[in-house]
Amino acid sequence: MKLTLKIWRQKNAQDKGAMVDYKIDGIEPDMSFLEMLDVFNEQQINAGGDPVAFDHDCREGICGMCSLFINGEAHGPDRGVTTCQLHMRMFKDGDTITIEPFRSVAFPVVKDLVVNRSSFDRIQHAGGFISVNTSGNTIDANTIPVNKVDADHAFDAATCIGCGACVASCKNGSAMLFVGAKVSQYALLPQGKIEATERVLNMVKQMDEEGFGNCTNTGACEVECPKGISLENIARMNREYLSASMKG
Amino acid sequence: MIINSSEKVVVGAFLPYFCVLFKLYSINIMAKSGLLKSSIAKKVAMALSGLFLMLFLAQHFFINMTSVFSESVFNSISHFMGNNPLVQFVIQPILIVGVIFHFIMGFVLNIQNNNARPISYASYNGAANASWASRNMIISGSVILAFLGLHFYDFWVPEMAYKYVEFGPLNETRYFHELAEKFESPVRTALYCISFVLLSLHLQHGFSSSFQSIGANNKFSKGLQGFGLGFAIIIPLGFVFVALFHHFNH
Ligand code: HEM
Ligand code: SF4
Ligand code: FES
Repeated sequence: MKLTLKIWRQKNAQDKGAMVDYKIDGIEPDMSFLEMLDVFNEQQINAGGDPVAFDHDCREGICGMCSLFINGEAHGPDRGVTTCQLHMRMFKDGDTITIEPFRSVAFPVVKDLVVNRSSFDRIQHAGGFISVNTSGNTIDANTIPVNKVDADHAFDAATCIGCGACVASCKNGSAMLFVGAKVSQYALLPQGKIEATERVLNMVKQMDEEGFGNCTNTGACEVECPKGISLENIARMNREYLSASMKG
Repeated sequence: MIINSSEKVVVGAFLPYFCVLFKLYSINIMAKSGLLKSSIAKKVAMALSGLFLMLFLAQHFFINMTSVFSESVFNSISHFMGNNPLVQFVIQPILIVGVIFHFIMGFVLNIQNNNARPISYASYNGAANASWASRNMIISGSVILAFLGLHFYDFWVPEMAYKYVEFGPLNETRYFHELAEKFESPVRTALYCISFVLLSLHLQHGFSSSFQSIGANNKFSKGLQGFGLGFAIIIPLGFVFVALFHHFNH
């Protein structure tokens, strides 16, 4: 496959950055998108150019590290996949592909396509945990009965890999799908009930302080989320937040 | 001090403006005190004001519809709405405040949301994952706002002037003719109809969105979405029908 790539190049956080056009040849339809970028970088290096920086780690859709806004969509045109799971067969020979970093005031660009998503970590630190005794007599979680429906919903919420595609896709740059998933995961389980009130208040407060936008329920996040996290989680967070505000 | 009845009416007529000022003041207080500081609280306030406005729309729809079927029914309802103190001095100010609250909040949210992405994408395929109506609430809302300006100028201002400035005589039969006259102009009729189309789009997203905002996403949501879509189409269509009916029938 022969392709034209339009890639965002930015030397460092201070640099203004710009879209730059490149030609690339010899891409197999069976390659993943990241392999295509590997080939691209090899060609760049051989030609004495600067390879493009992009995030990746597991390359099997479980770590949430790969990002990229490809042809106007987070993780590209396919559904339910991360960029490392995206195949080049989704594109045609001769296509032009635009590749940009995830854009959000809370995801500053580090270099080229690499963005800093520590704002998600800070939201997690604000309440995305439960306090349990780990000093030798840890209680097995399975000793507490949980009904199947709640357990399933909690598990679905827990599959969020914190990739940030929801923020990147949202026209408002809102992080509510991510935070909704993290709040729901604990709100649905008995272990999470104890700290439920402070959790949702603190996580939402941190989310707002990071500068994420306000959800207007367009549903773009749910469509683009590689893990199929549902909008129900945002509604649940809103309920949790309302009842926590009454209590707190 | 003895206040005669026309003075009472003058005081009453200005009540809405005091309420509006008070509301602007209280939005400011709420924003500062943190009551509406959080994103979710703002969303809920947006949803509640939107739901309230939809109730008002339903009521307005039924009154307008009577003008198609019976001049005298329309006149007597209009007379009641225009002269009942509860409607004039309690419900009307609440409504005005509700509208103002809703669109100010809409603009505030919109500015914050734009700030959340200071550098925009070179390529953003919004249509791939969200409906036009959901992505352009600020556009449909702004058209509705412009329409409200025209609508107030057409009906509310002359009505206030008649009652509280010129002290026109109580006349139970004037409303229908005032209405019919307004829709003689093809330009006004067209502007009204275009606005109702955008109102429909606003509500096609707004109805179900407001339930999601207040945290209601459950087994009733599918049904509510269907009902919302019906509401968002039938109510504006009814307004279009009434405007066209009076344009072509007099
Ligand atoms: C009769 C008039 C109106 C009705 C019935 C109405 C109804 C609604 C409803 C039900 C929502 C959904 C709330 C939510 O998502 O939680 C909404 C959202 C919105 N409205 Fe209106 N609206 C009206 C007029 C306006 C006006 C004049 C503006 C002025 C700009 C406006 C701007 C917005 C915006 C920006 C949103 C999106 C915010 C969001 O979804 O969170 N609306 N409206
Ligand atoms: S909710 Fe989905 S899109 Fe958002 S961070 Fe989690 S996995 Fe990624
Ligand atoms: S690299 Fe781990 S999810 Fe893509």
